[in-house]
Amino acid sequence: MSGVPATVGSVSDDAVLVQADGLVKRFGDFEAVRGVDVKVRRGEAFGFLGPNGAGKSSTMRMIACTSPRTAGELRVLGLDPDRHGPRIRGRLGVVPQQDNLDNELTVRQNLQVYGRYFGLSRHQVRARATELLEFAQLSDRADDQVEPLSGGMKRRLTIARSLVNEPELLLLDEPTTGLDPQARHLLWDKLFRLKQQGVTLIVTTHYMDEAEQLCDRLVVMDGGRIVAEGSPAALIAEHSSREVLELRFPIDQQHHHVPLVEDLAERVEVLPDRLLLYATNGEAVLAAATRRGMRPTSSLVRRATLEDVFLRLTGRTLVD
Amino acid sequence: MTVLRIVPMGSYAGRARAVIERSALVNRRNWLLVVSGVFEPLFYLFALGIGFGGIVGTLTGPDGSPISYAAYVAPGLLAASAMNGAIHDSTFNIFLKLKYAKVYDAMLATPLGPTDVALGETSWSLIRGGIYAAGFLAVMAALGLISSPWALLALPAALLVAFGFAAVGMGAATLMRSWQDFDLILLVQMPMFLFSTTFFPITVYPEPIRIAVECFPLYHGIELMRALTSGAVTWGILGHVAYFAIMVAAGGWFAARRLGTLLLT
Ligand SMILES: Nc1ncnc2c1ncn2[C@@H]1O[C@H](COP(=O)(O)OP(=O)(O)OP(=O)(O)O)[C@@H](O)[C@H]1O
Ligand SMILES: [Mg+2]
Repeated sequence: MSGVPATVGSVSDDAVLVQADGLVKRFGDFEAVRGVDVKVRRGEAFGFLGPNGAGKSSTMRMIACTSPRTAGELRVLGLDPDRHGPRIRGRLGVVPQQDNLDNELTVRQNLQVYGRYFGLSRHQVRARATELLEFAQLSDRADDQVEPLSGGMKRRLTIARSLVNEPELLLLDEPTTGLDPQARHLLWDKLFRLKQQGVTLIVTTHYMDEAEQLCDRLVVMDGGRIVAEGSPAALIAEHSSREVLELRFPIDQQHHHVPLVEDLAERVEVLPDRLLLYATNGEAVLAAATRRGMRPTSSLVRRATLEDVFLRLTGRTLVD
Repeated sequence: MTVLRIVPMGSYAGRARAVIERSALVNRRNWLLVVSGVFEPLFYLFALGIGFGGIVGTLTGPDGSPISYAAYVAPGLLAASAMNGAIHDSTFNIFLKLKYAKVYDAMLATPLGPTDVALGETSWSLIRGGIYAAGFLAVMAALGLISSPWALLALPAALLVAFGFAAVGMGAATLMRSWQDFDLILLVQMPMFLFSTTFFPITVYPEPIRIAVECFPLYHGIELMRALTSGAVTWGILGHVAYFAIMVAAGGWFAARRLGTLLLT
């Protein structure tokens, strides 16, 4: 369950890269993070999931040592961010939610100058920039200004830039937002590879498939708190049935059908355009519903995903 | 190492040089613009010192001996241009980057801390100011407006003056909310430029105004510069030096602290 790869060996406490206990972040009177406990081990891919405003980015920024914590304990790479910020940051890679590339520099210069901030030599940054341009598939734009790049290209450059110091721990805040599907899969592939090389990943995302693909373990956040924690499979097993029956109806018709099928499923979710029926055997529920005269515009039986866990836990569209 | 003690813990990685390198790289593309800054004080020198000076004749220099108006006004312009450049860089440029470009956000995700940023940005401004001052001093020498080897110290003095204004200016920039606030800065800067004995001696003022002028930082910058280029050096110039040393320390401390709270939210 811990998701620590076999190569790392036994899990001792010094393999804990991030340890937060009762972590709190307040902005004025507003408490964005309300006592978060997480433990991320070396070699793991750890995810933060949650709706807008859940406090994912605020937590990530505290871990990145760019935002001082209001209360609680935090150790990153075994050190206290309040006292050893520069030392910790030197070993981290950070991809912020919003790209903050240097618009006064070219694509290549962005990588080189950033490497210099980490204390790499001129020679090192030149070599590293060439490698990373390749990685980000931006070699042909190397000497262009950053401003006119497409959103996806900027994202790729930001991600490449975060790798310039060969970080041990990579923090990715919604890394694939704005990427086309092909670029997303390509990035996942690259992240897998980094993970195989022993880089520890912490990712926030709204894409459930991304979380399922990438994360060994994840937490679901809502309103500044952690509401669930576990591996994707364990979370699905714990918070959802095995299968889901999706029934589509003409807009705003779905409510009327709830009483008809309520008792057939373990749980029913009403979404704006469809009903979700949670059951161990979706086909059986569909057959039973059809016998009762239900005629949806379309129906689909699928396996439960993190999407369902998310819906359940954040209660976004839950109707009880 | 002493810097480490006066700045908040973890705000200084000792890598301000990388910030300077970035500025150099950015400015490499428009170096012509950078160099053009040399000309502004020279235009003033020709218009006022040479042109206007022709009808003014000679003045009483700092040590009581007569000097030409050009030789009188030149060190004033040198100090004033050090001030103007430093204030422009530390307020306008810093505010722009703080507010609109996310340059500093990105820097602070690396080992760099707010103090590295503040030191790096100020150093770049000083490097530029140093080039301008050297150019201006060379022209002064060519025009025969320098009468003492002490003038060699006018270059480091110009840097000190610029450093003082840059530190205080950067502190001010961190307090600014909108572009309107720049009018306030101009409101301080403009009278200081005109009345800090740049163009005429302090003896023209009645007593109360004289005391006010003697409080202006630029007054101390100009007096320092004038003493050095004319060779009328006394122990008194250490007072001017101390004035700027305090501006550097207080402004720098405040700016680094404020940058920290602004950027590390
Ligand atoms: N600098 C700030 N000042 C004031 N409030 C802030 C600040 N940063 C975040 N917040 C607030 O804290 C809450 C959590 O924000 P955060 O960015 O951590 O959420 P998130 O989970 O990353 O959301 P999203 O999925 O939209 O990125 C929000 O209500 C936000 O308005
Ligand atoms: Mg966020």
